Amino acid sequence: MTLDLFLVQLLNGVSYGLLLFMLAAGLTLIFSMMGVLNFAHTSFYMIGAYVAYQISSWIGFWAALVLAPLAVGLLGAAVEHWGLRRVHKWGHVPELLFTFGLSYIVFELVQVIWGRAPVAYQVPAALDGPVGWLQAAGITFPQYRLFIMGVAVLMLCALWLLLTHTRIGLVIRAALTHPEMVEALGHNVPRVFMLVFGAGCALAGLAGVIGGNAFVTEPGMAGSVGAIVFVVIVFGGLGSLAGAFFASLLLGLVDAFGKTSGTSLAALLSVAGIDVVPGSFGYPVLSMTLSQVAPVLPYLLLVLILIFRPRGLMGTREN
Amino acid sequence: MNSSGEIGFKPLNLGRWVIWGFTALVFIVAPQVFGSGFARALLSQMGIMIIFALSYNMLLGQTGLLSFGHAVYSGLGAYFAIHALALIGKGTLVFPVSLLPLVGGAAGLFFGIVFGWLTTKRAGTTFAMISLGLGEMLFAASLMFPGFFGGEAGISGNRTAGGPFLGLAGLTFGPDLQVYYLIAAWTFLCMMAMYALTHTPLGRIANAVRDNPERAEFIGYDAQRVRWIMMMLSGFFAGVAGGLSAINLESVGSGAVHATVSGGVLLAAFIGGVLFFFGPILGAIVFVFFAFALSEYTPAWHLYLGVFFVLLVMYAPGGLSSLILLNLRVAKFGKFSRLRDPYVGVLGAALALAAGVALLIEMTYHVTLGIGTTPKVAVFGFPFDTGRSESWVFVTALLGAATASFEYMRRRFKVEWDRITVEIEDWRRDNPEEDS
Repeated sequence: MTLDLFLVQLLNGVSYGLLLFMLAAGLTLIFSMMGVLNFAHTSFYMIGAYVAYQISSWIGFWAALVLAPLAVGLLGAAVEHWGLRRVHKWGHVPELLFTFGLSYIVFELVQVIWGRAPVAYQVPAALDGPVGWLQAAGITFPQYRLFIMGVAVLMLCALWLLLTHTRIGLVIRAALTHPEMVEALGHNVPRVFMLVFGAGCALAGLAGVIGGNAFVTEPGMAGSVGAIVFVVIVFGGLGSLAGAFFASLLLGLVDAFGKTSGTSLAALLSVAGIDVVPGSFGYPVLSMTLSQVAPVLPYLLLVLILIFRPRGLMGTREN
Repeated sequence: MNSSGEIGFKPLNLGRWVIWGFTALVFIVAPQVFGSGFARALLSQMGIMIIFALSYNMLLGQTGLLSFGHAVYSGLGAYFAIHALALIGKGTLVFPVSLLPLVGGAAGLFFGIVFGWLTTKRAGTTFAMISLGLGEMLFAASLMFPGFFGGEAGISGNRTAGGPFLGLAGLTFGPDLQVYYLIAAWTFLCMMAMYALTHTPLGRIANAVRDNPERAEFIGYDAQRVRWIMMMLSGFFAGVAGGLSAINLESVGSGAVHATVSGGVLLAAFIGGVLFFFGPILGAIVFVFFAFALSEYTPAWHLYLGVFFVLLVMYAPGGLSSLILLNLRVAKFGKFSRLRDPYVGVLGAALALAAGVALLIEMTYHVTLGIGTTPKVAVFGFPFDTGRSESWVFVTALLGAATASFEYMRRRFKVEWDRITVEIEDWRRDNPEEDS
C-alpha cells in the first residue's frame, strides 16, 4: 500500500468513524439517561436522510441541513412523549420492544412514502469533486467527505460544550445519575428526558442528512448501519461516551482498511514459513482475503472484547 | 399455580388431560377442516412456528433473556438437517427422514453450547446486543461460505429420499398432508416436552434467575450456568423447528439465518404473550397468519404487523394471552355483561379506524410502487381510484370520523373497565380465602 492510498483510507475511515459516533453519541446519551436502548435510533438516521432528500429537492441542500435535523428531533420528542413515556412504567424490556416495533413501522412507512428503490439524494454541486489542495499533493479525496468530518466535529464540540458548560447540560448530567434528586430540586425530569431523546434523534437525523448522500438513501440503510452502531456502543462499554468515540473510530478504520486489503491468513502464514495450498486443512477460511471477511470483522471484534473484557473498552458497570 | 402453600395431592390432573387431548384433536382435525393446499401449508408453518416461538420463550419468558439472534439456532439446525437430507438422497447416510428434526436439534444444541457460553456471560441489554451481533455475524458469514450455506439460492434436498416410513407403502412424506402430520406430531411432542420443562426444578430456577439473579445466587445457583443451560435447551428446540422447516420446504437459503427471522420469532412470542406458556402458541398462529396469509393480499403487511405489535406493547404488554385471561376473569366474576356495550362501541370504532388507515396505506402504496397500469386499487374488494381526488377526500373524512369516535368509545370503555377492575380487586382483598 502506498502512502497516498494509506492516507486516503485513513481519512475515509475517520470520516466514517465520526459519522458512526454521531449515531453512537445520541444512542449512548439516551441509554445512560433512560436505561433504554433505542432500537429505532438508526431509523431516525434514515428518516433524516429521506427528509433531507425531500427538502433539498424543494429548496436546496443547505436548508435541508438545518431543517431536516430539526424535523427529526421534533419527531423523536413526539415519539418519546406519546409513546415511550407510556411504556416506561412497564420496565425496560417493553421500552426496548417499543422501539423495535417502531423500527419495523419506519422501515415500511419510508417505503410507502418514497418507494422501495434508492432515491436520488445527491451531494450538493458546491461540494462535489475532490479536495483541491490534496489533489495538488497527488491525493484524490472527495470534498464531501471532508465536509462530513467538519460537520461531525463541529456538532460534537457543540454537544460537549452544551453538556459541560451550560445550565441545561448540568441538569442533564445530574439527571443521568440522580433523577430523583434533580426532580426534588424542582426540575421537570420527564421534560429533560424528552429533550435528550429529541436531541439524540436530531443528531441521528443530522448524520442521516450528511450520510445519506455520501452513501445510499434506501429503505435498508437503517438496518445495515444499525447493527454496527450497536457493536460500537457495546464495544466501547455501554453508557460511556469516550468509549463510544474510540470504538467508532476503530470500527471506521477497520471498515476502510478491511474493505480494500487483499491480505489473507494464508499470506500471513506463508510469511511465517507455512505454505497453505488448496487441499490443506482450513484452506477455504485461511485463503480468504481481508476484504472478503470485512463484513464479519465488527462482530468478530465484539466477540473478542466480550471474551477478554466483558464490560467493554471503557465501560464501568458490569450490567 | 397453588399459591395457598398447602401440599396438594392430585393423582390425575383431569383439566390438563382434557386440554392436551383437545389440542391433539385440533391437530388431527385441522387439515381435514381446512383442506386446501394453501391452508395446509399455512397449518404446517404454524406448527413449526409454535415450536420456534415456544423455544424462544424459554429464553424471554422463563429466563428473562431478550434475544435478537434466535435465527442462529433454527437456521443452523435447518442447514444441518438439509445437508443430512441431501446425504440421505445420495445414499451415503442411512437415517429416517422422520427423525431429521433431531439432527437439527443436535445442531441447535451444539451451537447453543458454543455460542451460549459466550452470550450468557451477560444478561439484560448487553445480552440482547450480543445476540444481535452474533446473528449478524452468522448472516454475513453465510454469504461468505457458499459451500456450506449455498448462498442466496441455498441448499435443497428431497424429503421422499428416505423411502416409505416404517415400510408402509405410500407413506413417503411427499404429499403435503403427510408432511403436515409429521410436523404436527413433532409440534405436539415438543409442546409437551417444553411444558414439562417449566415444572422441573431447572424451569423454576430459571424463573428465579429471571426475577432476581442475585437471590438465586445467594441460595447457591450459578445464574450464568442456569442461563447457559436454558440457552442450550432453547437452541435444541429451535433446531428441531429448523429441521422441520427444512423437511417442509426442502430447501434452506441464507434467509434462514437473517435478522428478519430472529425479529419474527420475537414478535410472535410477544404478540401471544410471554407470561403464560400458551401465549407463544397463540402468537405463532397470529404471526403466521400475518406473514403468510396477509402477505398474499398486501405488500404492506410488515407495517400492519408493526403497528399491531407497537399497540400491544403500549396497551397490553402481556400480549393476547393476558388480554384473554383478563376478560375471562371479568366473566368469572359475572361482570362481562356490563362490558358488552362498551366493547361493541370500541371494537366498531376500531374497525372503522383500521379500515381508514389500511385504505390510506394501500392507496399510497399503490401510487408509490406504481402497481399495475391503472390508478385503481381494490381494497376489501372495493375499487378505489387513486387518480381521483374524491377517493382521497373520502379516506381523509373516514379517518377523521373514525379517530374521533374511537377516542370517545375508548374513554367510555376505559371508565367501565377501570371500575370493574377496582371492584374485582376490592373483592379479592376482602375475601382472600376464597381467592384462587
